[in-house]
Amino acid sequence: MKAPDPELLNVDYGVGGVTTHVRSRKLGDDLHSETMVLNLGPAHPATHGTVRIVAELSGEKILDADVEVGYLHRGFEKMCETVDYNQVMPYADRLNYVSPIINNVGWCLTVEKLLGVEVPKRCQYIRVIMSEISRITDHLTCLGASAMELGAFTVMLYMIEARELLWELVEDVTGARLTISYGRVGGLKYDLPNGFAAKLDAALKQTRKILVDCDRLLTRNRIFIERMCDVATITAEQAADFSLTGPIARASGLNYDVRKAFPYSSYDEFDFEVPLGSKGDNYDRFLVRFYEIEQSMRICEQAISRLPDGPIAVDDPHIVLVPKDQVYGSIDGMINHFEMVMYGVKPPKGEAYIPVEGGTGELGFYTISDGSGYPYKVHVRAPSFIHMGVMRQMLLGAAVADVVPTFGMINMIGGECDR
Amino acid sequence: MSQLTDARLDRGDVVVRVKPEGLVDFFRLLKLDSELCFDMLLDVTAVDWMDQAEARFELVYHVLSTAKLHRLRVKVWVQESKPEIESLCPLWSGANFMEREVWDMYGIKFHGHPDLRRILMYEEFVGHPLRKDYPVQGKQPRVPLRHPEVENTARLMKRPALVQINKRAAGASEQEGSRR
Repeated sequence: MKAPDPELLNVDYGVGGVTTHVRSRKLGDDLHSETMVLNLGPAHPATHGTVRIVAELSGEKILDADVEVGYLHRGFEKMCETVDYNQVMPYADRLNYVSPIINNVGWCLTVEKLLGVEVPKRCQYIRVIMSEISRITDHLTCLGASAMELGAFTVMLYMIEARELLWELVEDVTGARLTISYGRVGGLKYDLPNGFAAKLDAALKQTRKILVDCDRLLTRNRIFIERMCDVATITAEQAADFSLTGPIARASGLNYDVRKAFPYSSYDEFDFEVPLGSKGDNYDRFLVRFYEIEQSMRICEQAISRLPDGPIAVDDPHIVLVPKDQVYGSIDGMINHFEMVMYGVKPPKGEAYIPVEGGTGELGFYTISDGSGYPYKVHVRAPSFIHMGVMRQMLLGAAVADVVPTFGMINMIGGECDR
Repeated sequence: MSQLTDARLDRGDVVVRVKPEGLVDFFRLLKLDSELCFDMLLDVTAVDWMDQAEARFELVYHVLSTAKLHRLRVKVWVQESKPEIESLCPLWSGANFMEREVWDMYGIKFHGHPDLRRILMYEEFVGHPLRKDYPVQGKQPRVPLRHPEVENTARLMKRPALVQINKRAAGASEQEGSRR
């Protein structure tokens, strides 16, 4: 990494001590000109999510950039320490709000690891199906929004249509579209509704059709290629150096997918491929996401066709709520229900870290239990936050116009980045 | 490996505890050793144990080898009286944002960090919010108005006088500039 110029650090801009990494400086050229500081964001149409990029420009070229995050900080980790393990679920929805089910699954797996239980196969398969639907919606949102920012508005509308089909499936299963709170420690909220397999099949068929259209519109479009190719190139070594995971790392050729490397929730039972890029530019990031959608659909189809029968939650009244007929029909059931509602799940003392493959990269939950009903500490390894660390490196030497596609392809989700 | 004080298996994860002295050398060994080959720093966070452990703070590092596909959790005690530790920025560029977050949330300083500023909170924030002694509903002092980086140019701009339509006819050339 290029070390920042020491004299540019912590420049005090008067009252309030607002420090900005970047300020204009004299250029050593014949014209004795100065650089210009351009402030993008925090409220800019192209910074979906609130992020501020202060760029120092010489003409069109970016000489230095400071990326400021944190405008959406809501104290997720602090709030989690004040609620019980199942009450974290709605907060986890609001991390990566484009693919909330993956966050739910990650959190459930972490608490289940603390408890030392494994959920039944049917639950694992349903989690896989819902996670993959979420991943598709995540990628569709990312690609559609980025295409729109480069002028391809039609592609955006097509992709939103496909996303709508999938969100209707999510609505069928969970009753909500965005903040779904579908996971439960030790299981799930509901089983799949009747006729879900047919609906999923129809939705995937329609999505494939839409993707073919998008592919024809976009992938070989000359304007699109010229904006994306060879912009913000990151090598595989740099990707590891900057702790990049997910589609960004795979676009650089770093073969690391949590679903393959550390399979969770029965991912090892499905046949899918991990698309890899070669150059690591924005176009590769676009293509990797595009091909991942197809792989996710394959996983969905395999999971729904081999969906095992059985319960959707562990059979332990100290982890999941007992069925209502037992609550009203037996004294044991009533006591267990009361204890679950009043004290919640109580994992033994210890710590656990579980990585899952989120829409943007490795989403990890690190949790410490002190034996009480409330987590002692919750930490999220938020891929968006870590990916914003590479933004400066990507922008150095690029043009102002490259900020928009680069930011789009990092796919920063404000809720997850700032927590 | 003289820094190593403890190694154990916790729920299937390898956890090692090291001394804070020579931390960068320890991680350099993890990174460069051909058997270990931990090429990615996944995560840096801290735990505030208050008075329940031998030191108040515990730094927790997660590292990953993308080639060998194994993980390691490294823990270091940090004393409350001297909340400082060496930065891993010379080894991994990705440590930059993660260490800034730990500084912001827990107030642990990283020596050798190129740009240790707050990252999620604002500069004027008092205290470190994820410490256990920071109240959940803590109130912060009001921040005075910051110096506007872009001045209100519309207010300062010198505007030309309004064009008087019947200027010539009324012979009002003397009035030019008086009306705004």
